[in-house]
Amino acid sequence: MEERATFNEEFIKEKRRQDMRHQVLTFSMLIIFTLISFGMVMSDLNAMFVRMVIILFAVVQVGFQLYYFMHMNEKGHGMPSLLFYGGCFAGFLTVLGLVVLTWW
Amino acid sequence: MSTLAASNKRSFWSVVWDYITTVDHKKIGVLYLIAGGFFFLLGGLEALAIRWQLVKPMNDFVSAGFYNELITMHGTTMIFLAAMPLIFAFMNAVIPLQIGARDVAFPFLNSLGLWLFVFGGIMLNVGWFTGGAADAGWTAYTPLSTISPGEGMDYYVIGLQISGAGTLMAGINFLVTIINMRAPGMTYMRLPLFTWTSFVASALILFAFPALTVGLFLMMFDRMFDSAFFDPAMGGNSIIWQHLFWIFGHPEVYILILPIFGVFSEVVSTFSRKRLFGYSAMVFATVLIAFLGFMVWAHHMFTVGMGAAANAIFAVATMTIAVPTGIKIFNWLFTMWRGSIQITTPMLYALGFIPTFTIGGMTGVMLAAATADYQYHDSYFVIAHFHYVIIGGTVFGLLAATHYWWPRMFNRMLDERLGKITFWIFFVGFHLTFMIQHFLGLWGMPRRYWVYLPDQGLDLGNAISTAGAFLMAIAVLILLYNIIKTAIKGEPCGDDPWDGRTLEWAVPIPAPHYNFKQVPLVRGLDPLWVEKMDGRKEMTPSEPLDDIHMPNNTVLPFVMTIGFFIAGFGFIYQKYDNALNALIFVGMGIALGAMLVRSLKDDLGYHIPKKELEKEARK
Ligand code: HEM
Ligand SMILES: [Cu+2]
Repeated sequence: MEERATFNEEFIKEKRRQDMRHQVLTFSMLIIFTLISFGMVMSDLNAMFVRMVIILFAVVQVGFQLYYFMHMNEKGHGMPSLLFYGGCFAGFLTVLGLVVLTWW
Repeated sequence: MSTLAASNKRSFWSVVWDYITTVDHKKIGVLYLIAGGFFFLLGGLEALAIRWQLVKPMNDFVSAGFYNELITMHGTTMIFLAAMPLIFAFMNAVIPLQIGARDVAFPFLNSLGLWLFVFGGIMLNVGWFTGGAADAGWTAYTPLSTISPGEGMDYYVIGLQISGAGTLMAGINFLVTIINMRAPGMTYMRLPLFTWTSFVASALILFAFPALTVGLFLMMFDRMFDSAFFDPAMGGNSIIWQHLFWIFGHPEVYILILPIFGVFSEVVSTFSRKRLFGYSAMVFATVLIAFLGFMVWAHHMFTVGMGAAANAIFAVATMTIAVPTGIKIFNWLFTMWRGSIQITTPMLYALGFIPTFTIGGMTGVMLAAATADYQYHDSYFVIAHFHYVIIGGTVFGLLAATHYWWPRMFNRMLDERLGKITFWIFFVGFHLTFMIQHFLGLWGMPRRYWVYLPDQGLDLGNAISTAGAFLMAIAVLILLYNIIKTAIKGEPCGDDPWDGRTLEWAVPIPAPHYNFKQVPLVRGLDPLWVEKMDGRKEMTPSEPLDDIHMPNNTVLPFVMTIGFFIAGFGFIYQKYDNALNALIFVGMGIALGAMLVRSLKDDLGYHIPKKELEKEARK
């Protein structure tokens, strides 16, 4: 019993340490992405290219935010993910429909 | 019963204070019921005035301008301030009990949502006293709504914005509650259907209301700060409002009906003494309806000129919704088939609902045929369609829920005889009012006109329709009498008066404020019935008796709401005098200040010690 408890504690501690490492890692990635974005805007790169890269970065950052900081990577988040992706899908179709109907 | 004796002695104002600061979902449910009921009566009075104006040709009971205010405020009030809050009343009163939770996930937010709705509703109605309420229709089409003079439409914009924020919060709250707070064993596929449909309706709120919020913000800027989002002369586009409104508006009609499908599923199964036929098909149909509900908004805009291809796509998408709806109708019929049916008042409403709603669904499919809709659109045929689905569906369902859950909420049974009389008068009055309106529409009567000429074949139909409306009013008066009589003379009804199947009937009546002393273990669909079939009287607990953690009451949500309310007046009147901007700062200051207090001051709630719970058990 005793042994198992300490083992468990060890396990949780190790897991926390890992979590922390992930958090710090993703946080620095976010900052680096942001710096790169600012840098690209200030440089003379092709404007269209810069826009595309920034949008790509934005999507990745949202993903990091959701999966690492808001813990969607952990178990038991099936329903929130379903709602999230269902919402994205419905929202995508709606915006697409709206844009097509209005400007086509 | 020391708590009850104590509450008898409390002064009136301490009770008021208790309700203003409460975070208990059961009390918040009661407040939603009272406020929603009040607005239902108000909207009903407006409806009677409309019908009285139309009782004969060229009537002059009200002026044309006042008529516009009446129809606008009737629609807006009924949808946003009566139907939805009444649905929230029952969601609050019942869902935490049905899933075995001690409260909702965010009790603070629950209270905030309630007060935002109440003060948003008041705001909408202030217009009556400041030179005219909103008058551009509940759909507020631009440019009519952006050029409407006076402050009526400003009150519409700000009032809906405030109450809409409350609705959004309530929706999010119920989503999280149902995902996170289910008792052990209460898997998704064991959720009672009312919980399921409310869950899906909450998701619809989450995804649909932002479209309204955005639309209202754009309109607010057009009206109050001289922007031109909807003004084609300045490069805007007035059709976009219609899109935004219906992207919200069509899901909204499903927000109104889905929880009611849940109510009827519970009622039909309870009073047929059978488990619901095709439970998983019901769940599937609900989700499918919700999903399709987002893809059909443009069926309200067939005559706008979107083109044949767009019309065809939206027509077909709309008609598909009839399929899952049909699945549900058949499941209710099969649930009743060979059941031992008890004709109680809620069951009567369910029986009245099925054919009525089916008629409404069929006229819906007629309207969805885009080419035919060029004839129907903006005629009384559309009015008849949506009253068949909204009254025949939502209102029947709310009345059924009122009778069904009244003992759960108030420890009294409503008088069954009076209940049945109410039903029959309401049912007859309803069909008298709206059946003929299909034909009035087909005979050429347009909607939203304040008079019609004599001898065009419309006189008799309109007179019949008005007569029906007054029958419905009589039915509502009988219901009110029933409620008052029950409150004064009724006997406590005790636990489980309907021999129920779902968890809310396992909680003692009146419920302790922590709902479950020990959270129950759920062993199947219709958990209470499962235990009853095994010869037990109550649920098996899933945990040992222990301290219970409860949230503290708080006045902050109320204060925040007052802040937004004051700021709303500032936004509306700043165009007259820059000094009135002060109202915006004062109001927002109060609201943000209250938020700051909420963030900085830890409020960890309190514990009910185990000893006290044991003492109560021995009594
Ligand atoms: C079988 C399902 C349904 C179909 C196919 C359907 C179809 C339609 C169509 C095509 C219109 C537009 C008519 C026009 O303006 O020319 C309409 C209007 C309307 N429907 Fe339905 N409908 C259905 C169910 C419902 C339900 C369940 C509700 C509410 C609980 C509802 C509420 C409304 C309302 C409020 C309007 C009129 C809005 C306005 O212009 O003021 N409908 N329906
Ligand atoms: Cu619709």
